[in-house]
Amino acid sequence: ALAGRGQAAEGPEGLEPNTWEEITTYNNFYEFGTDKADPARHADAMTIEPWSVRIDGLVERPGDYALEDILSRMTIEERIYRFRCVEAWSRVVPWNGFELADLLEVAGVRPAARYVAFETYLDRSEMPGTRLPVLDWPYVEGLRLDEAMHPLTIMATGIYGRDLPPQNGAPLRLVVPWKYGFKSIKSVVRITLTESEPPTAWNKANPREYGFYSNVNPEVDHPRWSQATERRIGAGIFASREPTLMFNGYAEEVADLYAGMDLTENF
Amino acid sequence: MPAAQAISAAARRVPLWLVWSAGLAPVPWLIWQAATGGLGVEPLEALEHRLGELGLQLLIASLAVTPLRRHLGVNLMRFRRALGLLAFTYVALHLAVWLALDVQTLARAGEDILKRPYITVGMAAFVLLLPLAATSTDRAVRRLGARWRQLHRLAYPAAVLGGLHYVLLAKGLQLAPLAYLAAILALLAARLRWPAARRA
Repeated sequence: ALAGRGQAAEGPEGLEPNTWEEITTYNNFYEFGTDKADPARHADAMTIEPWSVRIDGLVERPGDYALEDILSRMTIEERIYRFRCVEAWSRVVPWNGFELADLLEVAGVRPAARYVAFETYLDRSEMPGTRLPVLDWPYVEGLRLDEAMHPLTIMATGIYGRDLPPQNGAPLRLVVPWKYGFKSIKSVVRITLTESEPPTAWNKANPREYGFYSNVNPEVDHPRWSQATERRIGAGIFASREPTLMFNGYAEEVADLYAGMDLTENF
Repeated sequence: MPAAQAISAAARRVPLWLVWSAGLAPVPWLIWQAATGGLGVEPLEALEHRLGELGLQLLIASLAVTPLRRHLGVNLMRFRRALGLLAFTYVALHLAVWLALDVQTLARAGEDILKRPYITVGMAAFVLLLPLAATSTDRAVRRLGARWRQLHRLAYPAAVLGGLHYVLLAKGLQLAPLAYLAAILALLAARLRWPAARRA
C-alpha cells in the first residue's frame, strides 16, 4: 500500500531522469511514422490548440471538457517515473501532470463503470503515418477502473516543467508507469467509462503479442524477444543491459491490483 | 538498346576499387556518427539497423545483376562479386554488433537464436552466406567448376531469409520490410524461365 501520495509521487528513489533530448527525440507515435525520429520530425503539424477531451459513457456529467477548464481544476505536480517500452528500452521521465482519478472525479464515475477507454486524436492530414494501416486508427487504449483510479496513474501535461512536446503526446497523455509504454496513450481526445473491457490498438493488431494488461513483467517474454532485460536510453553504445523489474519497479504499489491473477495468462 | 549499351560501357570504365571504397564508406561514416552523437540518443539500435539494411540493400543489388543483363541488356557482371562480398561484410558486422553490444552474452544470443523465429531466420541467412564468402576467390571458382554455380544459388534462400528476418521483427504492418522482401522475391522471379509463357 501507499505510504502517502507525496511519497508515491517520487517513485522508487535514486532515479535520475533522462535528458530533454533523450526523452523528446526517440519516440513511438506511429501516427507520425514508425521511425523513432519521425514523431519529432512530423508531430509539430498536430493542432493542439484548442483542445478538449470528450468524457462520456458511464459518467454523471458527460461532455466535452476544454483543456483550460480541466487544468484550472487540477493540481499539477512532478512525477519522476521509469518508462519501460515493450521493445525492451527504458528511460526515466520527470512528468508534470495530475492524477487521472481527479479528472474522473470531475466527470463523476457511475457505479456500473468497470473500465476506462481512451482514444488518441486523429487527423489524417496532419498525421502522415496514418496513410498506412500500420494500426487500426485511431489509437485506442484501456484500463481497468481500479488501475485508472490508482494514485500512480496520471494524465501528463509536461516534462521538466515545460509543455509536453507534440511527439510525446501533447497536450495531454496518460502515464501508467508499471505498464509497457504503449498503454500510456498520447494526445487523448476521449475518455469513456465502460462496463466491459474496451478494445486496445495493439491487442487488436496482434493479440498473441500484446495483451490488455501489458504490465511490465521480466518473467513473461514477448513472443519475439525477451523482457528480462532492457537498454537504458542515453547509456551509450557500450552500456550493459539492465535487469527489468517486476511492474517496472512499482510492485510494492500495484501488485495488489493483480492478486490471484495468473500474469502469464493475463499478460 | 542504346541506353543499356551506354550503361554497360560506362560501367566497364568504373574501377573495382571505386566500388569497394564506395561500398565500405558507410563503415567509417557510421563509426564517426556513433562517436559524435549523429545516430541519436539510442545509437546502438540505429547502428544495428543501418548495418542490417545495408546488408539487405547490397544483397538485393547483387541479385539484380543477372536479371538486369538478361532482361535489359545492362551488363554489370564484373561488380557482382564485390556486391556479394560487401553484402556479406555488412551482414557480418550487423551480427557482430548485435552479439557484442546488444545481447552481450553468448548464452542470451544462443537462447534468442533458438527461441526467436526472426533471429533464427536471420542467423540461418548468415550461415548460408558463409560458404559463398569462403568460395569467392578466383581459385575457388576454378576449383569448384560447375559446382560453384550450384553452391552460389544459396544466395537465393539467404536473401529470402534475410528479407523475412526484417518482416518478422517489425511491429505492426510496416512498409519498408515488406518492400525489401518484395524486391527480393521479384528479383528471384525474374530468374525463372517461364515454360508456359514461352510455349504461348
